[in-house]
Parts: sequence; structure tokens; C-alpha cells
Amino acid sequence: MPHRAFFWFILPSALAMLLFIALPIVSVILQSVHIEHPKVMSEVETCGPFNCTTEMRVDAEATAELRQAQPLGKYIGLETYLNRNHLAFEVVKTQWQEREGFFSFIRGLYNLPFYKALAFTLTYTFVVTPLVIVLGFSIAVAVNAIPRIMRGSVIFVSLLPMIVTPLIGSLVLFWMVDANGVIGSAIQHIFNDPNLSLKASPFLTWIMLLVYGVWHSAPFAFVVFYAGLQTVPQDTLESAMIDGASRWERIRYVVLPHLAPLVTFVALIQLMDNFRVFEPVVGFNASASATSLSWIIYNDLFGQQQLFGSAAATSMLTILGVCILLMPVLVRTWRQYKVVH
Amino acid sequence: MTIFKKTLVAGSLLLASLGTAHADGCGIEKGTVSILANDFPALHAVVGGAEACAGGGVEFSKNHNKDHKDIMVAALTSDPSEYTTVIVANSTLVTLMNDGLVRPIDDLVEKHGGSLAKNQLITVDGKVMAVAFMANAQHLFYRSDILEAAGVEVPKTYDDVLAAAKAIKDKGLMDYPYIGTFKSGWNLGEEFVNMYMGTGADMFKAGSAELDINNDNGVKTLEMLKSLTEYMNPDYLTFDSNAVQAEWEAGNAALSNLWGSRAGAVLDDEGSTEEIVAGTAFASAPMLGDTPATTLWWDGFAIAANTSDEDAEATFIAMMNGVTTEMANANPDEAVWLIDGYTPGAKAVGVAASAQAGAKPYPMLPYIGALHTAAGAEIVEFLQGSEDAATALADMEAAYNAAAKEAGFLE
Repeated sequence: MPHRAFFWFILPSALAMLLFIALPIVSVILQSVHIEHPKVMSEVETCGPFNCTTEMRVDAEATAELRQAQPLGKYIGLETYLNRNHLAFEVVKTQWQEREGFFSFIRGLYNLPFYKALAFTLTYTFVVTPLVIVLGFSIAVAVNAIPRIMRGSVIFVSLLPMIVTPLIGSLVLFWMVDANGVIGSAIQHIFNDPNLSLKASPFLTWIMLLVYGVWHSAPFAFVVFYAGLQTVPQDTLESAMIDGASRWERIRYVVLPHLAPLVTFVALIQLMDNFRVFEPVVGFNASASATSLSWIIYNDLFGQQQLFGSAAATSMLTILGVCILLMPVLVRTWRQYKVVH
Repeated sequence: MTIFKKTLVAGSLLLASLGTAHADGCGIEKGTVSILANDFPALHAVVGGAEACAGGGVEFSKNHNKDHKDIMVAALTSDPSEYTTVIVANSTLVTLMNDGLVRPIDDLVEKHGGSLAKNQLITVDGKVMAVAFMANAQHLFYRSDILEAAGVEVPKTYDDVLAAAKAIKDKGLMDYPYIGTFKSGWNLGEEFVNMYMGTGADMFKAGSAELDINNDNGVKTLEMLKSLTEYMNPDYLTFDSNAVQAEWEAGNAALSNLWGSRAGAVLDDEGSTEEIVAGTAFASAPMLGDTPATTLWWDGFAIAANTSDEDAEATFIAMMNGVTTEMANANPDEAVWLIDGYTPGAKAVGVAASAQAGAKPYPMLPYIGALHTAAGAEIVEFLQGSEDAATALADMEAAYNAAAKEAGFLE
């Protein structure tokens, strides 16, 4: 394609991307380096149904004047990124200097909201992604092997976890793993412990969320791999069979190499998806034991005190995290591209 | 708390005048009335009364939304605002006032608010900012039949609660006798604020946004919350009011410090057995020190600042048509009404008793939200047993300081 034609071809989507992706990110960056103006406050008498007291009150007019002069707020550079509720480098430094061992340092780190969320987010990403690929592939191979007449219904059932809205899916499972629910009481019965509860301990909560993650995402990998399986060259498969390759050897040496680009694709999508894990934390009421980066952003925006700067800073850190995660895959794709061209 | 008591027992002197004042079409000819409110039966009753003014030249719209808190600031910031009135509570009025989004309504009260009792008026710096119509508080729910079987009196203090819970558990009557709204986040933050109020101390240094909870009172508060969890279902960090109500109605708990607004729902003929309903009774919130460990809340309406004077007046008149004595007495179990002439029923006992015992209102401080959020997140690890009370309090202070600084309350 000549450069000129390419330019006109790409222009509409480039404009849309600029408008809907690049500009919002710029606005988020701007918000993350500002905080609200100092509030002008005074003590006034307040009376309600129960009593009268003297309480602090924000002088809305005086504060509005400040805001009018500088609508973005007070510029503070990277301070929000570095404060205790985010990267907290200073706290981490002190903790490192005063550590009583590596384990206690990690515990101190885990006590900071950002690192607590990062710990779960990374665990979720790196446990769920490979399991989803393995499980999705296994289901695809299994479904591909059953008689054609049954495939339709089996595929439909396998896709159900993905069809259900994540929030609803996690709510359904939340009530099923309740001590009074089907799964919850079955587990109590199996382990013969009437006080066992998946929601009570942080460890079991994490396991529950990881299992949910695999359950929810496996159908996606399954669909992609199943589609890929239909394109595996039958000639190669047949010649492998004539050569005496077993079923496992055919998968290992014929099917897998053929599906390798799809594995990269699924891994890429899953890394991004899982890194922004959010709904299960809300659906499972799990915020006591597991928080994620996306959940922190949500919490900053919908708490009693809305913190736009904090939410913006966490958003930028999340974008940075996604970039780092995708780096190896992107570098590899770029190298392959250079080899081809 | 004599003002409160007076309201609750006051006669219905103004009933007659109310009837005539709002006789036909509630006296508004034209204007826009649009209401943003939370979504529960008591508010449906109030808004329903206001809706009677619709028609003719009056444009009426309403939005009952569980997430009203999250949309109200944006909706009232636009000019003209999306709603002419918002039904607010202690905490949300502050949020709106911080940005100057609600207007003083002294003139409207003088002109159209003749039926209002003085204690219904929320005045800030001498100006009326909102009209309260109902009260709410977390107070003691108990099962009289279970307490009797365990041989204990109705608890007056939290030490009594612990003793009663132990007796019930030891007798094998229940595994988890106590239950509370301990879901991490807003609910747990509210439990902390309530319990801290029980110490009688203030949470902030006088005249500043500086936190003052990292002390003996804070430790005492946390220790009591933790002691309670020993008698609670291990899933307690996931329990909000809905879950607590369900557990209560299932007969799984005998003691709770639950919202008064749930009393009606617990006692109705849905979701529970006759035995449990008959055994359920209410009392003042237990004391921690000399004060009931709870906060008093009110719900009321405030009028948007960014709306025309005519619409503001029409809205005020319509809302006055919603908060009548007839409405209150027609819905006696939906809320503890602050409206003159309302005769409180059995379900209002807990809120009234807490107020009489000296419970304090939830502080209308501009920065209380930041503390509430910090508490709801940072004491979780202490309750789970992975850190001590001092660390939890220090964490809470650090989280609060960072948030308060960002919001401009601390330098």
C-alpha cells in the first residue's frame, strides 16, 4: 500500500484513538500531579435534630475563588505517586533499614495499600493466565475429539462461564461458597470441619478468587483454541499417524506448533485482562483479604471522600504495569515482524 | 435529649392547619420539582407525598437510587442542576456544602414551613440548610427468648454484650451469638466510628482536621471490636446490613447493633419465623464508656443552589407536602419520624432510647469521610489477627493524612 493511501486509510481510527484514548490519558496525567486547593475552613455553630455544636465548616465561597484562579488545583508534581497510599518509597526505605528479616520486610510492604493490591493483582495475573491457557487448550482438544452431533451443546455449556456477566457470576459463586451454600457446605462436609469458611481467611479467599478467575476466563481460551484446531492441516496429522506418532506426540509436534501464534494472542489478552481484575473483588465482598489495583481506583472514586488525584495516579501506575507486562510479548512480535520484512 | 423526646411524643396540634394549607394541588401553579433520593420505603413515602403536587404547570421527576451519594455532586454542580432537591443525611449534606451546592432556605421555611418543628431545621452558622424528617441509628437488637434461656439480662454495656454472648455460646444455644455490619469498607468504618463515640472522646483535635485517635481510646475501641468478632460468624468481614438482616431472620444470632431502619423489616411477616419475630426486641445501643457506642443520623431534604428561585420554592412546597404528619402516621414502621404529631411505634424504641441515653450525632465534619474510609480499610488486618492495635491505628492515621492532604484539609 502506498504511504498516501495508508495515511487516509488509518486516519479515522487514528483520530478516534487520539480523541478517546490519548487525550483522556493526558487528562489523567494532569490530574495525577495536582491535588485540591487547601480548604478555607472556619468554626461555626451547627444545629440539628439532636443538639447544637461548634464544628469546622468549609467556606465554600472562598474555596471556590481559589479554584477559579487555578481550576486544576494545586500542582504538587509526583508527590501523590510517592505518598503513603501509593508507592510510599520513604516508608519502604525506613522499613528496609529497620527490617528484622526478609519476611518481616515483606509483611511491612504488604501492609501498604498499593503493595497489598499489587501483590494480589500480580498473583492473580500469573496464576490465572497460564492455567487458563492450559485448561482452555485441554477443553478444546477434548471437545474436538467428541462426536460431531454432541459438540454444539457441549460448546454452549463450556461457554456459559464467559457469557455470565463477571459481577453476576462472582455473586452467584459467592452465595454458593457461603457456609449455607451448595459448595460451601459440601467442602465443610468433605473436610469434616463445620467452621471451615472460604470467605474467612485471606489465603482461602485468594484461592477462591483464583479458581473463579480460571473458571471465568477458560472459555475464552477454549473458543480461540477450538477455532485454531479446525485449521490444523489434516495431511500433516495423517502423515504423523502413519509415522506412528501417538496422540500426545501429534499434539506436541503438530498441533502445538501450529497454534503457537494463538497462544501468544491468548496470553496477551489474558495478561491485560487479569491485570485489571476487579469484579470478583467486589462480587465476592473480598476487599478485606484481597484488593487489586483497579479496586483501589474504584475505592478512591466512590469512597466518602473522592480522591481524583489518587485515582489518577493509580491509573497511571496500572498503565505502566500493563506496559511492563506486555513488553516481552511485544518485543518478540516486533522481532518476528523484522525477520519477515 | 429533651428536644428529641418532645418531637417523638408531641401532639398533633398542627395536623388541622396542614390539611388546609395544602388542600388543592398543594398550592403550586408551575415550576420544576426533581428529586434525587436513596431507595428505601420511608423515602418512597415522602417522595410519594411530594409527587401529589405533580400535574398542571408542575413538572415532576424523581430518582430513587441506592448510589445517589455517588452522583449527587456531579448532578448538582451543573447549572441549572439536574435535581432541584436531594434527600441527604448528616454525612452527605456536608459533602454538598463543601462545594456550596445547596442553598440556605430560611426564607422558604418562614413562608411555607409553618408546620415544621424547630429541631427539624438543620442550621449551619445561623442559616437553615436542610429540613430533617427522620432519625436513624444503629442500636441493640436482641432475642429476648435466647437471653432468657441463657439466663442473662438485656446488655447495657459492651462488656455485658460479651458476657451475654459467652453465656449463649457456653450453653450451646448458638455458635455465633453476635452479629454486626463488619463488611470491610464503609460498614466497618461506621462500626469504628460508633465504637469510638462510645468512649466519649473526640476523633479530631479541636478546631483542626488533625486526627486524634492514635491513643488509649483508639486501642480500647479496636480491642472491643476484636472481642466481639470472637462471637461472630467467621465471615463477618463480608456482612453488610442486608446480610445481617438475613442472618438475624434465619435465627443465627441473638445480639446485634444494627440500623434502626431495619427494625420494621425484621419484624414484618416476611423472611422469618414467628418465634424469631416474637423474640426480637430493641434497646439502646450498648455503652463502651459512659456514652452509647453509636451515632445518630438524620435524613432530610436540601434545596439545590444552582436552580431558579421559583423552582426552589415549588420544590420546597412539594417536599413539605411529602413530610406531613399524616404521611408519618400512615407509615409508622418505616422510620422514626422527626415530624410533629407522629406517635412512635414499638420499632422506634431503640433509636429513641439511644438518643435519650446520650448518643451523639454522626459528626458533620468536612473531613469525616476521609477518616471513615481509612478506618474501614486499615483495621481489617488487626481484626484478622495479623497486626496489633497500635499498628492499625498508625496505619489509619497515615492513610487519613494522605487522603486529607490530597483533599486540601491538611497542609
